[in-house]
Amino acid sequence: MSKLLTGAEIVFKCLEDQKVEHIFGYPGGAVLPIYDELKNHPSIKHILVRHEQGAGHAAEGYARSSGKPGVVLVTSGPGATNVVTALTDAYMDSVPLVCISGQVPTHLIGTDAFQECDTTGITRPCTKHNWLVKDINDLSKVMHEAFRVATTGRPGPVLIDIPKDIQFAKAKYKKLNKEKKLNGKSHNKFSQDQIDGLVKLLSKAKKPIIYSGGGVINSGPKASQALREFVELTGFPITSTLQGLGAYPGDDNQFLGMLGMHGTYEANNAMHDCDLLINIGARFDDRITGKIDEFSPNSKKVHIDIDPSSINKIIKVDLAIVGDVTSVISKINKTIAKRKNGHSKSNKSNIAKWWEQIEKWREKDSLNFVNSDESIKPQHAVQRLYELTKNKDTYVTTEVGQHQMWAAQHYKFNKPNRWMTSGGLGTMGYGLPAAVGVQIAHPEKLVIDIAGEASVLMTMQEMSTAVQYNLPIKIFILNNQYMGMVRQWQELLHEKNYSESYSEALPDFMKMAEAYGCKGIKADSPAELDDKIQEMIDYDGPVIFDCHVDPNENCFPMIPSGKPHNQMILGPKDQEENKIKGKGKALV
Amino acid sequence: MPKSKSAYSVPTKKQKSDTYIFVVWVDNEAGVLARVVGLFSGRGYNIESLAVAEVDAVKNISRITIVTTGTPQVIDQIRLQLTKLVPVHKVAEFKREDKDVIFKEMALFKVVGKRNKIEKCLNACKKFNPVILDETKSSAVIQITALRREIDVMNKKLKPLGLISTSRTGAVAMTRGAKIFN
Repeated sequence: MSKLLTGAEIVFKCLEDQKVEHIFGYPGGAVLPIYDELKNHPSIKHILVRHEQGAGHAAEGYARSSGKPGVVLVTSGPGATNVVTALTDAYMDSVPLVCISGQVPTHLIGTDAFQECDTTGITRPCTKHNWLVKDINDLSKVMHEAFRVATTGRPGPVLIDIPKDIQFAKAKYKKLNKEKKLNGKSHNKFSQDQIDGLVKLLSKAKKPIIYSGGGVINSGPKASQALREFVELTGFPITSTLQGLGAYPGDDNQFLGMLGMHGTYEANNAMHDCDLLINIGARFDDRITGKIDEFSPNSKKVHIDIDPSSINKIIKVDLAIVGDVTSVISKINKTIAKRKNGHSKSNKSNIAKWWEQIEKWREKDSLNFVNSDESIKPQHAVQRLYELTKNKDTYVTTEVGQHQMWAAQHYKFNKPNRWMTSGGLGTMGYGLPAAVGVQIAHPEKLVIDIAGEASVLMTMQEMSTAVQYNLPIKIFILNNQYMGMVRQWQELLHEKNYSESYSEALPDFMKMAEAYGCKGIKADSPAELDDKIQEMIDYDGPVIFDCHVDPNENCFPMIPSGKPHNQMILGPKDQEENKIKGKGKALV
Repeated sequence: MPKSKSAYSVPTKKQKSDTYIFVVWVDNEAGVLARVVGLFSGRGYNIESLAVAEVDAVKNISRITIVTTGTPQVIDQIRLQLTKLVPVHKVAEFKREDKDVIFKEMALFKVVGKRNKIEKCLNACKKFNPVILDETKSSAVIQITALRREIDVMNKKLKPLGLISTSRTGAVAMTRGAKIFN
């Protein structure tokens, strides 16, 4: 007969069986038995954060950059409510997280006990699934099921709420059972007919475009490989969502840059004018589509997604293929190769005109900005950062706002899993703790959080975590003293009424760095920027880089809300030209 | 059209809504109803009526019947979102007008008044297999089974005849003939 284990021991047994190496957490009364057990499991390293939201985002960064699920351990009540933002963020961006929360003992549940809250009730809408374990005999099964739910299908966060008495109670450990029933939740059942249908559309298309998303990243590195082959085989132009950046090389000529609200002119116009749109692992988010009625009006639409509920949710499509991106694209590539029977690249001539049109759009150079010798332009700062780090296999996280869009526009990613940003929920304060998690997963790599000063202050406390574990993360703050994106919207849509978007009393980030025990670097002028960035890269330890940038810069190009893709506001150069030609009004 | 001053687009034209009945087979476990109902409220879907009970004690399966309204796109989403829930085994949906499906609801009416009024009530309910579950000199509890809208009608009709309390189960559904939902 096998030995009886306590609940806390079972938790660690399961984590070991799932090959978990790192957990991000914060102790408290209701999880103390689990924390007590930690010392007996040297293969699992615990990272102590400073706030549970930080634990969640760190686990997200860990998961997104490594492809493994992130594990979070928090206490009951405030511990659980603090992690809700991160769970919601992970749910929106399909990041696999397993969150273990302590709960008051079973007999006190429902009595408004100290640090009690209805954790499963609160997290029900922001997890794929959650469990309250009331019987110790269920614990091992639930733990393994949790990892399965988090990592299969469309990934996402799950939560296991374990009352304190269950952590002490004893039961037999049940091993991970390989053959589990899937309860009809597996969605990789596409048919060869569907693939043939797509290949037929490919061969007919004159103005095709591929629009790829975070699903390609989530499907693993093989998906990016397959996507690159697919793009090469077809010769089609490709654009990417915010979350999909890196799946296809950002500096390749077939890549049109990001699409959507702050996407490039060529990507958005190609989306609008195309006759075949192939969505691979993206979800027609409202930041992408603009006005739904006028979204890509003349195209046949194909949607490849692992989540059946993404199909036809926003945009009706002509051909839906429900499946894992890797298997679907590999199948398509094989089918194309077979069809071509040797004489490949046959339909590339069909789309030569289309490429000419795209080159014309490209000439607009929609990411342009007017550089300056006096003040640092934020776009210039990102470009310099990119130039000085592009040979280093750099991992970049961001907060949310203008700096995030500039990072997406001007930093070119060539590999998947190098770009971690909060897209769906748009969580300010995501980037710093995410960088902590990324650095834990990749201790030897350069990890940079491209940040805004407002966002970074929301989770600044995690610098203390970075210092404790000697994580050499670089916090590159584009400091414009404004909540820049809010200011931009107020300028463009609310008659420049800058209501509460200016931070009157910002901290001195140099002193802050000193207080945390890391290095502070400040840059004020373009002349010193490169040297200062190099100093940051060369420093072996965490750095807060306070980059003072032009406070009035706006993020262009931009699709104003309620407008279709072909009505963009372009950058300053183009606005000047249009003023002269008198046709600019149509674009604003 | 008013200029949108937010970061979001303004709503566009709406499609026609229809009434649909969803039948959902779920694991009978704590919180499962909250998951289903929370999905509806969280995504802004309607619930017109809801009936739920365990139907298989061995396999621990409950059957939930939900009447809802929505555009075809919304109805599609409801089905797909329900299917994604971990404890959900099977989802079936059909239009209220579907002739292949029986769609019934039970109601209890408490009528207080003189004998002749109670008789009138019973008479009015004749089409719907009325059963008297409790009777005193001055009151009766009448059970009927009928379609949802028939019960709506009876509810109105019996008011002047002394109906003081109505309790109804919400609709349940079953396919006609030998076939079952799949």
